[in-house]
Amino acid sequence: MRNIVFVIAWLWASVLGAAELEDRQMFHGEDGVTLRVLSSTDTDIFAPILEGFIARNPSVSLDYAVAGSADIVTLIAECGDCFDVVISSAMDLQLKLANDGLARRLDGLAQGGSQWRQSVFGFTLEPATVVLNRAAFEGRALPTTRQALIEALRADPEHFRGRLGTYDVRLSGLGYLFATQDARASETFWRLMEVFGNLDARLYCCSGDMIDDLASGELFVAYNVLGSYASTRPETLDKVTIITPQDFATTMMRTALVLESTAIGDEAEALVAYLTSGAWAAQDRPGFPLPSIGQAEVPGLNVVSLDPGLLVYLDRLKRALFLEAWSSALLR
Amino acid sequence: MKYLLIEDNAELAGALCNRMRLDGHVIDHAGTLSEGSDFLSVGEYDLILLDIMLPDGDGRGFLERHRAREDDTPVIVLTARSEVSDRVGMLDLGADDYLTKPFDHAELQARCRAVLRRRTGSAQTVIRRGDAALDPVASVLTIGEAEVTLRNRELRLLELFMNAPGQIFSKDKLVDRLFSYDGTVTDNAIEVYVGRLRKHLEPSCLTISTHRGLGYRLDEG
Amino acid sequence: MLAVLFYLVVRTYAQQIAQQSQDRILEASLTSLMDAAVVREGAVEVDVPYAAFAMLDTAADDRVFYAVHQGEALLTGYDGLVDGPFEPAARPAFQTQAFGEAEVRVASLTQSLPASPAPVLLTVSVAQTRDSLAGTLLAISVNAALFGGAFFLLAAGMALWTSRSTVRPLSQMAEAVARRGPRDLRPVVRPVPTELSPLVTSLNSLMTRLSASLTQSETFIAEAAHRVRTPLATVRTHAEATLMRVDKDENRAALRSMIRAIDESSRAAGQLLDHAMVTFRGDQMEQRPVDLVAVCRELVDRLTPVAEMKDLVLVLVAKGPVEVQGDPILIQNAVRNLIDNALKYSPPDGAVRIEVGADPVAIVVCDEGAGFPVGQMAELSQRFQRGVNAGDTVGSGLGLTIAQDVAEAHGGRLELSNADGGGACATLYL
Repeated sequence: MRNIVFVIAWLWASVLGAAELEDRQMFHGEDGVTLRVLSSTDTDIFAPILEGFIARNPSVSLDYAVAGSADIVTLIAECGDCFDVVISSAMDLQLKLANDGLARRLDGLAQGGSQWRQSVFGFTLEPATVVLNRAAFEGRALPTTRQALIEALRADPEHFRGRLGTYDVRLSGLGYLFATQDARASETFWRLMEVFGNLDARLYCCSGDMIDDLASGELFVAYNVLGSYASTRPETLDKVTIITPQDFATTMMRTALVLESTAIGDEAEALVAYLTSGAWAAQDRPGFPLPSIGQAEVPGLNVVSLDPGLLVYLDRLKRALFLEAWSSALLR
Repeated sequence: MKYLLIEDNAELAGALCNRMRLDGHVIDHAGTLSEGSDFLSVGEYDLILLDIMLPDGDGRGFLERHRAREDDTPVIVLTARSEVSDRVGMLDLGADDYLTKPFDHAELQARCRAVLRRRTGSAQTVIRRGDAALDPVASVLTIGEAEVTLRNRELRLLELFMNAPGQIFSKDKLVDRLFSYDGTVTDNAIEVYVGRLRKHLEPSCLTISTHRGLGYRLDEG
Repeated sequence: MLAVLFYLVVRTYAQQIAQQSQDRILEASLTSLMDAAVVREGAVEVDVPYAAFAMLDTAADDRVFYAVHQGEALLTGYDGLVDGPFEPAARPAFQTQAFGEAEVRVASLTQSLPASPAPVLLTVSVAQTRDSLAGTLLAISVNAALFGGAFFLLAAGMALWTSRSTVRPLSQMAEAVARRGPRDLRPVVRPVPTELSPLVTSLNSLMTRLSASLTQSETFIAEAAHRVRTPLATVRTHAEATLMRVDKDENRAALRSMIRAIDESSRAAGQLLDHAMVTFRGDQMEQRPVDLVAVCRELVDRLTPVAEMKDLVLVLVAKGPVEVQGDPILIQNAVRNLIDNALKYSPPDGAVRIEVGADPVAIVVCDEGAGFPVGQMAELSQRFQRGVNAGDTVGSGLGLTIAQDVAEAHGGRLELSNADGGGACATLYL
């Protein structure tokens, strides 16, 4: 026990630098070991899943820490032994951790399509959506494709000026993943970003903030937001409309991996097994936000595949080129 | 017979040339279309075997040019693509036939023969032993004035014997050489076909002798 | 002793082929990286193409490393993967080495890029772990050790390996061609015999990958077939030539089973691709007038040399042209599979009869073989079912399924029956 205290103290000291934890909470089991989870998912959204796990594995307590998906990489680099399990929406960064040899092979888990190297396991399927403020679109047709959105914005630029929001891809790992995959899928992405740039779009670090501003009427349109986040809060639901683009819907998998350095591999593996089993989603919980992979899949989702291609946009030069193009479209 | 093989996969070409030479054919290999054209400008061939995807261009263009030159050397295309997508283009552009990889060597031989039969009716090179002559393309055995048309398996068996008189072939080897691998052939079948051949050869000075435990041999005189 | 020798030969050969194929993919990746490098105002820019790494996706999810050096300095990628000094070369250099705790195959290419004031020396290196390779080799070695009996697995393993490792770049290519317009290319989820499962698995992974982006399915099918078939053709031809030179009975038996295995895999691959094509085309069928007699005549011409090899005669019975509305490629495919089947199950010296009827519109293909096993006919057109009396005839059992799918796509059906005088008849009602 003394060891754990020491490690935690050390961790806090170390993360005071560039990358910071946004939140940290304990979920107590009956006794026994503590599994340290580093995640990009907000605690309130993930809590039911964690509680479900503890209910089945009462001998495990969970120490759940939240950081931005880009910060997660820094935290792992600074202290690889401070965590046991990493859960993140940035599939590319997760794949890179595994490619660089930091993730443990879990040969006990079922082999399937949504894993890589038996070390990175996808367990949700979440499309990037366009979320609209309902009042702002009163009497207007709802755009269901990117092209239609571009046309709607061009038709009435003054209405939308300063009321558009999207990820700041320089800060958000998930935003970067969505943007690069969009750019790969279609040129329309760049045209849309130019229109956003012309209309002084605001940039955000996180889906949550964008949804808050949408609900309050600050924002009319948010692009590439996780629809699952918007549907978490019933109080915002009647103020916004979530649209899954019909032309193509870039869809990410939330992935989990066990760090190679963990001392409690069995418990860590049990958590990943629970996540991939989808058992947490089977519980009857209205409004439960995260769609598990097994749940009714909407056809036509453009799911980002877990393969080494994901490493491409993490390349230093490639990233510089992409950010240059992105900045020249959005920041003028 | 003399073949020209145009195929860029060196491994496959090497293996195929080997196999053809074992059968007693002459074969030249070109790795590119331009090399193929060079061979054609200096030599005459009975048949061209043409791969479709080559480093310096598409075999289809080659076929077109080949026909435009009014060169009527027959061409069999070796393709690895699915039959559907290439079939129409290939035959329209003047290929005589095509074969999908991987192919059975016996089928390649059968198709070569069929193409030559359609084109010229008979072989340039008739195999002669004693007073018998075998035209492997027309599938006709001539002994003196008499002509017999052989069935396919009889032809392939006799061709083998006549190309190597004095050599003993075991039943097992004959099975391998003749029947490809459709799994329906037995040693008994070999006895049946040898029996039929003996009957056909009766008027000639050729005999097929049995060597107990070893196999069969074609003897002259 | 011979068994050991044979094992070593097969293993060495497999190792060479497997290594060559890995090298070829590394080289392709390397070339695409090199092509992406430009010098702009003295600085090197590398716009890494997505396919450069995506094509390195393998069955075992091998790890991928890369490095780009300008002169001796690391520009981007993994430090310590390769060391200078670098010299310009026309061809990439390949090397197996350790990187971290992993063993990797590294391909490196150094080229001098024209720039002012002085040319820039650029070195691109791509590396991949060898798990997939090791997996393949292990499978092959086990089979070679089992000698003879297990040769099927060898071919299946090779086909699996070849298709898996070469199909990824194709999917990327198809993706580039057809980035939009998702289509439903459902994976084959029917039960399959274990020996086919590697093929189906690789086919499915291909399908899954493509489902988001594929709109030119036929091009893809042709390409995939191409990649699988050329190496199979090489191995098959080698094996045949070796068979002619080898005298020992055991070796001959082994080679024969190897050839059979190759035939079986290639036939299965062909039929799986046919089947995928039929499923795909069936969904959005082309309707135009087709003369069934012309279709059958062309097939008879085409298949006659094959029939002659077994001293079989193909007899086409038809009065005048019989025209229907349909997809000629699908119909041709169905009839070809039926005739293929008939040729396979016919005893030599017989005839296969193809009859085209106008009322009702139907094509009947009859052989003079043992007939379909009574009581099993309904199951036969299920995927991968083979008749209990199929014996050791090469076949994957998809032929009847393909014919049935085509019939159904045209609003018809496939009926199986046994002729009174013996022999099996398949009737395709359209």
